[in-house]
Amino acid sequence: MSRHTSSSSRPMTMIQALRSAMDVMLERDSNVVVFGQDVGYFGGVFRCTEGLQAKYGRERVFDAPISEGGIVGAAVGMGAYGLRPVVEIQFADYFYPATDQIVSEAARLRYRTAGEFIAPLTIRMPCGGGIYGGQTHSQSPEALFTHVTGLRTVMPSNPYDAKGLLISAIESDDPVIFLEPKRLYNGPFDGHHDQPVVPWSKHPLGNVPDGYYSIPLESASVFRPGTDLTVLTYGTMVYVAEVAARETGVNAEIIDLRSLWPLDLDTIVTSVRKTGRCVVLHEATQTSGFGAELTTLIQEHCFYHLEAPVERVAGWDTPYPHAHEWAYFPSPQRVGDAYRRVMDGSPGQPDSGFVVNHSRGG
Amino acid sequence: MRQTSPLRLHVPEPTGRPGHATDFSYLRLAPAGKARKPALDATASDTADLAYSLVRVLDDEGNAVGPWAEPAVDTELLRKGLIAMIKTRIYDARMLIAQRQKKMSFYMQSLGEEAIGTAQVLALQKGDMCFPSYRQQNLLIAQDVPLVDMMCQLFSNERDRLKGRQLPVMYSMREHGFFSISGNLATQFVQAVGWAMASAIKGDTKIASAWIGDGATAAADFQTALTFAHVYQAPVILNVINNQWAISSFQAIAGGEATTFAARGTGTGIVSLRVDGNDFLAVYAVSQWAAERARSNLGPTLIEWVSYRAGPHSTSDDPSKYRPANDWSRFPLGDPIERLKQHLMRVGAWTEEEHIHIQKQIEAEVIAAQKQAEAFGTLANGQSSSVATMFEDVYKEMPWHLRRQRQQAGI
Repeated sequence: MSRHTSSSSRPMTMIQALRSAMDVMLERDSNVVVFGQDVGYFGGVFRCTEGLQAKYGRERVFDAPISEGGIVGAAVGMGAYGLRPVVEIQFADYFYPATDQIVSEAARLRYRTAGEFIAPLTIRMPCGGGIYGGQTHSQSPEALFTHVTGLRTVMPSNPYDAKGLLISAIESDDPVIFLEPKRLYNGPFDGHHDQPVVPWSKHPLGNVPDGYYSIPLESASVFRPGTDLTVLTYGTMVYVAEVAARETGVNAEIIDLRSLWPLDLDTIVTSVRKTGRCVVLHEATQTSGFGAELTTLIQEHCFYHLEAPVERVAGWDTPYPHAHEWAYFPSPQRVGDAYRRVMDGSPGQPDSGFVVNHSRGG
Repeated sequence: MRQTSPLRLHVPEPTGRPGHATDFSYLRLAPAGKARKPALDATASDTADLAYSLVRVLDDEGNAVGPWAEPAVDTELLRKGLIAMIKTRIYDARMLIAQRQKKMSFYMQSLGEEAIGTAQVLALQKGDMCFPSYRQQNLLIAQDVPLVDMMCQLFSNERDRLKGRQLPVMYSMREHGFFSISGNLATQFVQAVGWAMASAIKGDTKIASAWIGDGATAAADFQTALTFAHVYQAPVILNVINNQWAISSFQAIAGGEATTFAARGTGTGIVSLRVDGNDFLAVYAVSQWAAERARSNLGPTLIEWVSYRAGPHSTSDDPSKYRPANDWSRFPLGDPIERLKQHLMRVGAWTEEEHIHIQKQIEAEVIAAQKQAEAFGTLANGQSSSVATMFEDVYKEMPWHLRRQRQQAGI
């Protein structure tokens, strides 16, 4: 699927892979500029831009005031001029002040000008929980972006994809929201927080080509082939889905969506029609989450192939808590339970736990 | 100190409401020629006094006086400016009628504010980019953009280059240095700064011109734009048109009471001036000064243009419900067209006969353009772009879900 021009590769963390993607694109395209809070001299609070300012100069890679609306708004103006800005919002939890610029401006510019002006922006945002980040360092706001027409929303789950997808995002002439699960920055994480973390150097997907390559947007990857049920997921949950398959013995086919919207419908539909069962899994809160869209697509395209109701496993519909992190974060146990329900469930006998309240309004 | 009386919430009010005369003494006016002209490399603190004063060139008799009258502006340029202002006013009046005739859904006049954009765009160079709000049609008209092109956007017809996607007046004309107008206020102010930063990053010589009204300065993007412009010393002119009104809200409710919008600039470290927006010569001189500063890498300039929104906010608005009916006639800075006309007649470069003749000529031109534009359709007769185009340009390439929805729509 991917296009390579480099021969050598080496182990990289996701942080190094993302940095490498920006390095490659800063080198290849003189219109690429990188900026955001603490992004310049310091190299980013997660080190994703370390060394880039020293290499490319302050006019290509620079620090920005603490103003998300300003960062994205200025980037829209730069895009209108003809640059290709790659900006960073320090945490996805802090994109909200930039909402107007993202939704009303970046996403609509091509449409409202019939292509006269475009916004070829990439907006990087570290996202996701599992790090004791509490309410404002753990959120997964992808559904707020997938609902916005004109945006592309992307989330990698490993260093190899992170670099290839970020390069594609930067090259895309559409505005791309690039969500980076910070829990995966240094190594994969399967939800077993009581076990030591394996670094990316010990994982095959931590082997990353040095030079240019890209992974097309709108392409999902079959992360683990299987025959019993299909898991639709992305980001950190890919590894939770995998460990839950191992622990339950359910031969789950795990699809890493990579591009959330627009997405790769063919890969999804082919898999669910094959397995006849589906679990949708994400960290974000459940109600009106992106899983609702995935579930609807399955219903529309795979109804006659389904052997059981589609299950959703998601964050609870609460703000992200601090002390109760592991009761909130969808655990291998919760995911495994969902697999068993989907495998055991008979069609037409839903066990939703919902009790009709006949006394309502009475 | 002990609290002796209950606290009271202060809610600013205009002095003039329907049936009462406005007291315009709040305007902090200064006589023509009084405000000094600072050095091109002035600092923000050097201009602190000017942010509370008023740069004016034309006196009550139409003479060009004071330091901003030098160097004298070429008479041909002034004549061009006057004609563009007249054309803008006639265009507005005709389009207002067309809206009443339901040929378009909506319109916004710029009555009384014609000088500001007209003079500034004549002080800019080809390749500079304006980031207008919805009341700067004069930026296009002063560049002799074919009126037919503008009208086709208003009529959302088959020749509308925006394919009927945008509300009337939300023009976009890249080749004329006119960035796409958005309904979301203030967003373009910081985008202009980003565009200017891009020009500086690339070592270009082009500058940006940002536009915002008094009401929209209360939006977050206004302050954001000032901060970014100051931090990166972006080559941008930050224009605030203080026409005293944001729909029904008096400028005091936007934060103008006992201060000026120009003072916001100096507070952010930006060289700032407060200027008579109905004085074409002042607008041209100050715009030229600010453009030269930007082009010489001396950084951004904020300009508060003091003017008056003479017409209704839009075709959906009735100002008689919140302000005196005769307010404009009492506004101390008058009518920009009358004032430039008076000056040109005084220097022998314009006559009453010529004025009437040119007015008639422009009226004929506007009517002819309207006829031509209407031949491509109006909202009333539904002669618009194909519905299939509704799904285009959301993304560069149409994704599968939009292709599917287009099929579902039966096209």
